[in-house]
Amino acid sequence: MSKLKIEDLTLIFGKEKETALSLLKQGKSKAEILKETGCTVAVKNASFSIEQGEFFVIMGLSGSGKSSLLRCLNRLIEPTAGSVILNHRNITSLGDLELQAVRRKEMAMVFQNFGLLPHRTVLENVAFGLELQDVPKAEREEKAKAVIEMVSLRGYENQHTGELSGGMQQRVGLARALANDPEILLMDEAFSALDPLIRTQMQDELIDLQEKMHRTIVFITHDLDEAIRLGDRIAIMKDGEIIQIGTPEDILTNPATDYVASFVEKVDRKSIITAASLLFEKPTVAIFKKDGVEGSLRKMRTSGLTTLPAVSVDKHFLGFVYLKDLLDLKAQKETSIEKAIIKDIPVAYPETTVEQMLPFIAENGRAVPVVDEKTNKLIGIVAQTSLLIETTGASWENVTGNTIDNLQKEIL
Amino acid sequence: MIHIGTYIEQFINWLTLNFGSFFNLIKVVVESVVNAVEWVLMFPPFYMVIALIAFLAWKRTGWGLTVFTILGLGLIWGMGYWEQTMATLALILSAAFIALLMGVPLGIWAAKNPMAGKVIRPILDLMQTMPAFVYLIPAVLFFGLGKVPGAFATVIFAMPPAVRLTTLGISQVPPSIVEATRSFGATPRQLLFKVELPLALPTILAGVNQTIMMALSMVVVSAMIAAGGLGEVVLKGITQLKIGLGFEGGIAVVILAVILDRITQSFGAKNLAKV
Repeated sequence: MSKLKIEDLTLIFGKEKETALSLLKQGKSKAEILKETGCTVAVKNASFSIEQGEFFVIMGLSGSGKSSLLRCLNRLIEPTAGSVILNHRNITSLGDLELQAVRRKEMAMVFQNFGLLPHRTVLENVAFGLELQDVPKAEREEKAKAVIEMVSLRGYENQHTGELSGGMQQRVGLARALANDPEILLMDEAFSALDPLIRTQMQDELIDLQEKMHRTIVFITHDLDEAIRLGDRIAIMKDGEIIQIGTPEDILTNPATDYVASFVEKVDRKSIITAASLLFEKPTVAIFKKDGVEGSLRKMRTSGLTTLPAVSVDKHFLGFVYLKDLLDLKAQKETSIEKAIIKDIPVAYPETTVEQMLPFIAENGRAVPVVDEKTNKLIGIVAQTSLLIETTGASWENVTGNTIDNLQKEIL
Repeated sequence: MIHIGTYIEQFINWLTLNFGSFFNLIKVVVESVVNAVEWVLMFPPFYMVIALIAFLAWKRTGWGLTVFTILGLGLIWGMGYWEQTMATLALILSAAFIALLMGVPLGIWAAKNPMAGKVIRPILDLMQTMPAFVYLIPAVLFFGLGKVPGAFATVIFAMPPAVRLTTLGISQVPPSIVEATRSFGATPRQLLFKVELPLALPTILAGVNQTIMMALSMVVVSAMIAAGGLGEVVLKGITQLKIGLGFEGGIAVVILAVILDRITQSFGAKNLAKV
């Protein structure tokens, strides 16, 4: 069961919300609704669910409705329609007191502009959420100190927040949220106001923290690189609609629309794309002990290839056989391909990235075998062409779908 | 001819008739507050009061004002207006206290509730622009002659800056901080007392300074309805055409004004620097 479930969430700004909502249900476009009612549809029928411990990123440009959507989750903005279900409980129908309790215990938020209290020290700021819950001073300061330690703010406890750099201030913001021990962490462009260098550093630290604490995080960003670095899954928003949800790799390899594709183009793909997505399954193989020299040569002839991966009968990867070696064996009247199998070929696993596979590229154009890490069974191969396309960043639109298959077939 | 004056007169008369006991209650309360403050200022010998105020000036600002306080208050004592000055100071402090007691909550209300803000603002404009003397008439009708109507007129005249600057201070609290506070499950009361008021404090204190300064100017005017104090000295100077007397009273008022202004200003400034 998912931790947080958003169903048909719609947010409309303006006076005639009801009219706008019914027009929306009739399938009118945002522009039409704006013209007829003067209302802006900020979020349109958003539905998704987030699992326990998942790092979920919502990515979109400014005006895409991502920050408004996030604020609907803890009702800093009241959604116009739809529901937000946290642990089987519908947040949208809670009364003031219950909502307060949810904000205090279950969801904590980190803001782009930090939202710290300038008249208080770092320690007082971090303990602020607990103070609102009337936790006794000694206890809340103890908890706050523990969190301050966690986000490497030790030694800054008694400074006023105005004296700190942006990165340090956001650590305070993060610590303040963590001190509440929330189940869900909402992060609104948390690192966007920081310098690029500090931002990367904060991202790394957040990843480290998340490995330790396994919170459920909803993170908003306008930066796809950041989304890919951080997210287990990414939802891409445009004009108030979620246009694609998937793992970073899903989004890079199968952009749902041209809009997503145009973003994806600029991303450094080498470290994200894995063998699994470039995989050519069921390649032509020479099966040791089943295909002799003759059989293997026939397979090469029909497929037009000069090298074949060799596998055992139960599909264990053995190595590669080359046309030249097979012809030599044939001349020697050998029937088994055993002597022709070149072993010690480096193998990739499905999660191996393109970057990691680059050293495997061989002069003779041999493909990279992809095997199951545990069983050593051959799952498929990755053609060198695919690797080259990924690294040289050839325009992706030209290389999608069938094209890639054709390329691989060409090589095989 | 439109006789608005007639209607207002009727309204005031109606108030006096029907709420007489209410006004009496206010009179008793205000009178005891003013008398208590006056007693505190008059009871100790003059040099102790001077020393106390000088100490406060030194603590809050520095040597300059301390020297000025000692010399200025010493001059007032030397001119023989010590009692009148203390009476005026007592009336200023009581009136300013009452004005703040009503003005700050009104300011908070106006900041929180746009409707209330819309209603309160023109009333404040009216209170500030109406010639100060006009308040003296209903004040006399409600409370007779003396300190209480003086305090009443002063409260009305001095309250607007307290309201305005409180509203300004609260609405200047960055929305991002308010939002963050709400996101952590703050109640409206927690938001007000833990975040908005502390952040608005420097602005509110600027309002306190202005309220006290306006109270000072009105207290002098209210000598016309026998509120006593330095205003009486000045008034005597005018009515009897005694230039010397008028100036002596005037100088005492200026000395008091400078000391009050610098000391109250220092509270606002210090907090501003902290934030």
